[in-house]
Amino acid sequence: MTTTNNLEIPALLTKLETELKSLIQARALENPLMIGIHSGGVWVAEELHQRLKIKEPLALMDISFYRDDFSQLGMHPKVKPSHLPAHMEGRDIILIDDVFYTGRTIRAALNEIFDYGRPNKVILGVLIERDGRQIPLQPDCKGCSITMPKGQRIKLTGPSPLDIHIQSFTTEKSAA
Amino acid sequence: MKNLQLNTEGKLKHFLSIEGLSKEVLTEILDTAESFSSMSEQKVKKVPLLRGKTIVILFFENSTRTRTTFELAATRLSADVLTMNIATSATSKGESLLDTIRNLEAMHVDMFVVRHAISGSGHFIAQNAAPHISVINAGDGQHAHPTQAMLDMFTIRQYKHSFDNLKVAIIGDILHSRVARSQIQALNTLGTQEVRVIAPKTLLPSHVETLGVTAFNCIEEGLKDVDVIIMLRLQKERMTSALLPNEREYFKCFGLTEERLKLAKSNAIVMHPGPINRGVEIESSIADGPQSVILQQVSNGIAVRMAIMSLTLQSNGETL
Repeated sequence: MTTTNNLEIPALLTKLETELKSLIQARALENPLMIGIHSGGVWVAEELHQRLKIKEPLALMDISFYRDDFSQLGMHPKVKPSHLPAHMEGRDIILIDDVFYTGRTIRAALNEIFDYGRPNKVILGVLIERDGRQIPLQPDCKGCSITMPKGQRIKLTGPSPLDIHIQSFTTEKSAA
Repeated sequence: MKNLQLNTEGKLKHFLSIEGLSKEVLTEILDTAESFSSMSEQKVKKVPLLRGKTIVILFFENSTRTRTTFELAATRLSADVLTMNIATSATSKGESLLDTIRNLEAMHVDMFVVRHAISGSGHFIAQNAAPHISVINAGDGQHAHPTQAMLDMFTIRQYKHSFDNLKVAIIGDILHSRVARSQIQALNTLGTQEVRVIAPKTLLPSHVETLGVTAFNCIEEGLKDVDVIIMLRLQKERMTSALLPNEREYFKCFGLTEERLKLAKSNAIVMHPGPINRGVEIESSIADGPQSVILQQVSNGIAVRMAIMSLTLQSNGETL
């Protein structure tokens, strides 16, 4: 396991914060609800929720029950409950994750959100976007974009301090 | 000997009996159920985990609670559910059961949840069903009722956190109770300090101690300092000879009264798998009282059955 030298979390957070700020303005998001995706996304969202002075309490989401690889990988142990407000209908939502890779996590998160109601607008912010997109979804705001070899994955550890780790894995399945 | 319940990788494929399952497997079920239990408090009580799977709930014996919680568990996992209540006599086993299974198999189902009056029927179906099908035993004769035992373990863990230092007393018709048999196995596998059974001699199996319990014929002695009290229903429908003088006499000697409850630890919980015979095995005020967790058991039944259904069906994915 190696820690990358060129990815500095404070700089990534500031860049993501700036991008989000201007997009919230450009899209005219009203009283937005921020949702962090468990676990890394929640840590990033906690930081951004403070910085962007969002009034509505931070919502959390664990998308394990909405994953599309249950029949290949089976159950995830110890799934945390999602904490979403009862009324998502017509809301403006800022969805936050740590790493955007295949896009499948975001697909699952959107499905869960839509189970709760029809949101008005959803924007997606991620700390790091890496190559390897598999479905037509992409982040609106990001701290950086990187290219990585296929056999590696990037993982955020935290919550304090937040740190980035590059891991090598053997099977393609475990990356999902 | 190979355990029919586990696949080649040691994962749960069928859930037929607590016997032969390790502490790790039981703990995995409890942990998974914990994930599902928080779901029932959410606005949307449904996840797409088993979408596209077909689950047949096959009940050859009557039940309300078990059947409905299985149905709810399956629908909350987004499976398609077919419930069949098949009244049958004890003589029409063998061929007819197998024929029913073959017909349902032809409809490409993924799971059978079976309740049957004959012990071993779950094993029989698991041995004869197509390889992709999982079987869950929802009660077979006097043999086992493992999902009830697991929801009881889940409830105990919820209130007492660990099994290590617990004294648990099971009171009532141990002889006819498939619930008691499964509970005793689960409590011992999970490392409970002491498991007691309290019953008149006529309602205890012979050599009951070999199951890993201490037997008491006096309820006052048996209740002393226990953390958990599990009451059992008098199974009149399974009593074929005069085992008890009458219900009043039984309540006088073995009914749980306020007075007797004081003998247990002050924070002891009172459980009952239902349906309750008020005034026969338990005083009404206890069943509705602050130490009763009977309705919590029912709620937990859904989460535990969701866990067992998703864990058994996940092992089938490996062959895809």
